[in-house]
Amino acid sequence: MITVEKVSKTFGDFHALKNVSLEVLTGEKVVVCGPSGSGKSTLIRCINGLERHDDGRIEVAGNALTHTNASLRAVRASVGMVFQQFNLFPHLTVKQNLTLGPLRTRKLSQADADKLAMSYLERVRIPEQADKFPRQLSGGQQQRVAIARSLCMEPQIMLFDEPTSALDPEMINEVLDVMSELAGSGMTMICVTHEMGFAKRVADTMVFMDHGEIVEKAPPDQFFSNPGTERCRDFLSKILAH
Amino acid sequence: MTFCRLAGLCCLALLLGGCSGNWGWYVVDPTVPAGWNNLKFLLSGLYYTLLLSFTAIVISIVLGLAVALPGLSSNPFLRRFNRVYVELVRAVPILVLILWVYYGLPQMTGLTITVFWAGVIALALSDSAFEAEIFRAGIQSIDKGQYEAAHSISLSYSDTMIYVILPQAVRRILPALGNQLVYMLKMSSLVSVIGMQELTRKANELVVVEYRPLEIYTVLVLEYLVLILIVSAGVRWLERKLQSDQRG
Repeated sequence: MITVEKVSKTFGDFHALKNVSLEVLTGEKVVVCGPSGSGKSTLIRCINGLERHDDGRIEVAGNALTHTNASLRAVRASVGMVFQQFNLFPHLTVKQNLTLGPLRTRKLSQADADKLAMSYLERVRIPEQADKFPRQLSGGQQQRVAIARSLCMEPQIMLFDEPTSALDPEMINEVLDVMSELAGSGMTMICVTHEMGFAKRVADTMVFMDHGEIVEKAPPDQFFSNPGTERCRDFLSKILAH
Repeated sequence: MTFCRLAGLCCLALLLGGCSGNWGWYVVDPTVPAGWNNLKFLLSGLYYTLLLSFTAIVISIVLGLAVALPGLSSNPFLRRFNRVYVELVRAVPILVLILWVYYGLPQMTGLTITVFWAGVIALALSDSAFEAEIFRAGIQSIDKGQYEAAHSISLSYSDTMIYVILPQAVRRILPALGNQLVYMLKMSSLVSVIGMQELTRKANELVVVEYRPLEIYTVLVLEYLVLILIVSAGVRWLERKLQSDQRG
């Protein structure tokens, strides 16, 4: 479903990705972790073309990512993305946030778009908030709206960029529950997260990144019980210590 | 509040008039027929002042946006176009631009331009450089995450601008746009020099007949004052309305 082959990316002098290769199968759930600045966000931002990779090849759902407009549109149509800061549109109601994409890019009618929006709001369990504005919602609710907004585009792949990092602790679970439910429905997912409980439950593959490289890639049971590299063991001991 | 202040000012002006032998309010005294006619004559300029200012502000906003967008492009030539336009247009005094458009442009192009449209073109052109800077600042103030979210739901550039970025940017720059409207109303007085029958021109014409510049220009000052206070109140009302929209 996703092929990343020998991809490199630099920001000025900083080498964000060094020769990264990753293969994600249809329906596979990949959890990416690693210290900050390790290139995890850059990797998934390259996959939907938010960042332009300098070198290598990225193919998403059969479309090569080449930064021509047509290729970007084709890739983005099949990829949904959820951001750390939610990035909801503050001037639109929850329902308008959800229907904007379907109305403008999928050319649905208003009635169909509304129906679609309501069905996904029910799926993230906040249909009663449809007519509120984002700022009237809690962080957890906002992130669930953001997930529903992505799902309204009916993507084949969902990317999550630290979706719970900006949330208060008591709101993390409501978002993880929605993500787990989504994983259960067979969606292909790449999640950048430090929620290791969620990773153990949901991931098919764990990826550990450091200094712009994929250091370790393994199924979760092996990854957590017997990490193959010193750096990964060190990182896990820090975040799993308490 | 502003209206209380305005009333205070009017009282003060009338008081001064009553105390001093140099004032001759009869020229604009609504209780005598001649004064009433003069007053009506002065107020008749309001139509063109408003029409001129509002037509020019609409055009300058559209033009300003059209100049601001290339300034935000990643293409250096488009950015250069924005800089050159803003710097050139901003450097020409409005009065000079009015004269040039009215007397110069028809000779250059062979087109006949009415006084009204010469005024509109000059005011709109001149103001568009400022509008462009306001829009650029407003659009730049919108968080990068908004663009990324729009990209992630596959919105095109124009849809991103129309539905996501501009509605938020306009809310932020509304006070500055209001300023420009006030500025435009005031600058429209300059179009009197090419014969536009607006407030200032009417006052000038009446002064020539009545030889009472003090009273007539005082009325003119009050006309602009009232007009602009009303417009300011309107802009503030719009600001509050849009803000409450966002809160729901």
